[in-house]
Amino acid sequence: MDKKFSWRPYLAGALAGILAIASVYYSNRELGKPQYLGASTTFVRSAGLIEETFAPEHVAANAYYTKEKVKVDWQFMLVVGVLIGSFISSVSTRSFKRECTPPIWNENFGTNRARRAFFAFIGGLIAMFGARLAGGCPSGHGLSGLMQLSISGYLAMAGFFGAGVIVAALVYRNKGE
Amino acid sequence: MSTDLWLGLITGIIFGILLQQGRVARFEKQVGAMLLKDMTILKFMLSAIIVGMIGINILAATGLAPLSVKSTVVGANLIGGIIFGIGWAIVGYCPGTSLAAVGEGRVHAIPAIIGMIVGGALYAEVYPALQSNVLSWGSYGKLTLPGLLGISTWLVIAVLTLIFILLFIFFEKKKI
Repeated sequence: MDKKFSWRPYLAGALAGILAIASVYYSNRELGKPQYLGASTTFVRSAGLIEETFAPEHVAANAYYTKEKVKVDWQFMLVVGVLIGSFISSVSTRSFKRECTPPIWNENFGTNRARRAFFAFIGGLIAMFGARLAGGCPSGHGLSGLMQLSISGYLAMAGFFGAGVIVAALVYRNKGE
Repeated sequence: MSTDLWLGLITGIIFGILLQQGRVARFEKQVGAMLLKDMTILKFMLSAIIVGMIGINILAATGLAPLSVKSTVVGANLIGGIIFGIGWAIVGYCPGTSLAAVGEGRVHAIPAIIGMIVGGALYAEVYPALQSNVLSWGSYGKLTLPGLLGISTWLVIAVLTLIFILLFIFFEKKKI
């Protein structure tokens, strides 16, 4: 729990807002199509690119892969960039920290790495299935959707946080301090 | 590499720096928000949304860049949103922050990313079966708040900005 006031999340958030505006403006000017921040479609494209290496006909015949187009695109590079940016930022400010199991998790389930890895995998699988059904994640629906005042964004965010709050309360009974 | 890929990469690097500096790409911050004890990610998101909704609507109103609103399908948005929330509470990362988490050393976000790719593959397989039901329940097209309420975009933005700032004051008072 943060006890003292910090401008950090507000400032970083406001700058992310400026980044979103700049991205929409420049991509529309340079590419003729506005690019709004988003991430989850890239995971579907990644799945398609991997599947293509051993079952190309299956990928070509799949309606969803055909709809989302299996290729490396603007958003794919955005997601790669996020990894690089976070690495540069954490190393240069000495906040890079190797962590195999996170704090709140340890207090509830211990430090067994395989157990954490298994549930991270399962949680990630469920989350991505839901994000694709909803049509976006907290970036695409949350940030970009709410910036555009879209109803789909508000509905999805209600689902994200509503279910998240209930499930987190059930799963992490030891909330720690 | 073509222009769109370069633009995506540069935008992503800056976004990654901001996610890391905002401390939002961390399990304890994501789960902390769901446990209602640390609102860091909401402070980040709502700050971005206030700035972004003003700027993007100015771009749209002046014709400098169009909106790209995702279609409203009440069933899919809500049910998909709820399924996402269930997984999110367990994994502790959303798709964008999972990459930023690996970038700052969170090794346990790697199986999360693999799970997300498998989840994407699974969704591609069931997508055809969902088209005639969940994906068409309550379909209203590209619906926005000003469009639904029939009031000015700027009034909606003013009211939302006020609500978000009141939320910030509430979070800081509660020290969450």
